[in-house]
Amino acid sequence: MTAGALARRRSFPVLLGLVMVVAAIALVEVLIRVGLINRFIVPLPSQIGASFERVIVEEGIPERFWLTLREAFWATLLLSVFGVGIGVLLHRFRILRLATETWVAAFASAPTVLMYPLFLVIFGRSANTIIMMGFVAGLAPVILKTVEGLASTRRVLIDVGRSFKLTPSQLYWKIYFPAALPSIFVGIKLGMIFALINIVGVEFLINFGGLGQLINELAERYDLPGTYAAICFVILVSVLFFIITERLERWLRPVN
Amino acid sequence: MSSVTPFKRGDQSSVRSSTAEPILVVENITKRFETPDGVLTAVEGVSLTVAPGEFLGVIGPSGCGKSTLFNVIGGLTGGYDGRVSVAGETISGPHQSIGMVFQEESTFPWRTVIDNVAFPLEIAGMSKAARYEKARHFVNLVGLDGFERRYPAELSGGMRQRVSMARTLASEPKILLMDEPFAALDEQTRLLLGDKVLQIQQQLQQTTLLITHNITEAVQLSDRVLVMTYRPGKVKRIVDIDLPRPRTSEIVSSEAFGHYVAQIWSDLREEASRGMHDDEARTRHAGEKHA
Repeated sequence: MTAGALARRRSFPVLLGLVMVVAAIALVEVLIRVGLINRFIVPLPSQIGASFERVIVEEGIPERFWLTLREAFWATLLLSVFGVGIGVLLHRFRILRLATETWVAAFASAPTVLMYPLFLVIFGRSANTIIMMGFVAGLAPVILKTVEGLASTRRVLIDVGRSFKLTPSQLYWKIYFPAALPSIFVGIKLGMIFALINIVGVEFLINFGGLGQLINELAERYDLPGTYAAICFVILVSVLFFIITERLERWLRPVN
Repeated sequence: MSSVTPFKRGDQSSVRSSTAEPILVVENITKRFETPDGVLTAVEGVSLTVAPGEFLGVIGPSGCGKSTLFNVIGGLTGGYDGRVSVAGETISGPHQSIGMVFQEESTFPWRTVIDNVAFPLEIAGMSKAARYEKARHFVNLVGLDGFERRYPAELSGGMRQRVSMARTLASEPKILLMDEPFAALDEQTRLLLGDKVLQIQQQLQQTTLLITHNITEAVQLSDRVLVMTYRPGKVKRIVDIDLPRPRTSEIVSSEAFGHYVAQIWSDLREEASRGMHDDEARTRHAGEKHA
C-alpha cells in the first residue's frame, strides 16, 4: 500500500498519532534508564503507568476528576455565554469596540491567576472561586475571536442578506453568526485552555478540591510517579472538552 | 450618445413588445463618492428602461461604474441623485421585486445546496416541506438535481454560481439583476452557463439586467446592450441585438453575432483605452508620491 493510500484511510492518522505517543514515551524511558535524564526529577514512564491503579483507588481520582470536570464545564459555559455576548456587543457598537478592544487584548495576556486572593475574599474557599478564576482567565480570547469572526464576515454575504430584506436580527442569526462560528470556536477552545490551566492552578494554590489539589499533595509527598499520573488525568479533562467542543462545532456548522 | 431605442425583436413572442410599459425605469442616476483625492463621480446621468421579459446587458470598461449602478438599482447603495422605479413604484432600498446575483461567490458555505436555495423562502416564513418542494424545483431548473445535499465547498465555481442564481430565482423576483455572475469562470464554462441562463430566461420570461464587461456574453444573452463610457459612467450607446430566439451558445459562430461584437467593441475600445491610460497615470502618480 502506498503512503498516499495509507493517509486516506480514516484510522491511519489516529493510529500514527498513537504510535508517535508510544514512541515518545519509550524514548523517555530509555533516556532515563541510560541516565541522560535524572530519574529523581522525571520518573520512569513505566513507574507512572504502574502508579495509575494506586492513585485511582487510594487518592479518590474519580471524585476529584469529576469535580475538576464540573468546574471546567461551568467556566467554559460562562465564558462562552458572556464572551460571545460581549463580542457581539463590541461588534454591534463600534464606539464600544474602539474604546475597549485594546484593553481586552491586554487582559488576555495578564497573569489573572495572581488575582486569586481577591476572588477568595469575594467567593470564599470554594469551587465558585475556582470557576470564576477559570472564567476570567478564558474570557478575553472568546471576546476577541468573536469580534474578529463577526467583523470578517464577507461583505457579499451581508449584501445577499440585505437584498432579501433581512431584519437586523435575522442578519445576525442567519448570516453573521454562522459565518463567524469557526472563529468563535477557536476562541472558545483557547478560552477553555486558559480556563483549565487556571482551574488546576488555583486548585493547587488554594489546596481545594480536584486534580490540582491532588497534584499539590502528591508533589509535597514527593510521590513523583503519582504526580505525573494525576497530570495525565488533567490532560484527559482537556482532551474530553476538546472532543465535545469539536462535536458541537461540527453539529452547528457541518462544513467550514 | 444615441437615443435609447425602444425594445423590439423581429420574431419574438408578444411578452416583450415595444409598446409594453417598462417594468424598471432608471432616471438620471448620478452617484458620487468621497475619496482621499476628492469627489469621484462614478456614474453620471444614467437613464435606462427595461421592458417586462426583456434581457438588457450593460457593458463598459473596468471603472465605468457598472457595479455602482448594480448597487443603486438593487437598493444597496443610497445617497444618489435620480430615481429608480419598479412597476411605477419609486424604490429607495432593497425591494422584493428585484433579485440580485453577485459577481463574488455568495453561497452560504454552512448550508447545503437545497438549504441555500430555500433561504429566501425560509425568510418569508414558508413551512419546511413547502419551501423544500419549491427549492427543489429551482435546483432542477439550474440543472443541479442530485446535488441537493452537497455543500458549496463540494461544488465547482460554475455550480456554486448556479446555486446563487437558483436562490435568487426562488424568491421569484420581477427583475433579475446580475453583476458579472460568470466573471470568475473560464470561457467555456461561461458560454455553457450562458446557455443555461438563456434557457431559464426563456422558460420563466424573466426580466433580466446583466452587468458585464464581456462582449460575447452581452451579445449572446441580451435583447439590447447598453454601452457605458469610462469614468464617469454615462450611457454611450444602446445597441439592439436582433438575433433570433431561442438562442444557444452556437450563435457565437454566426456572422450577425460577429457584427454585433465588432460594433460594440468599436464603441468600447476608446473607453477601455481611456481607462487603461488613466490607470497607468494613477499608478505613475502613486509611485512618484512614494519616491
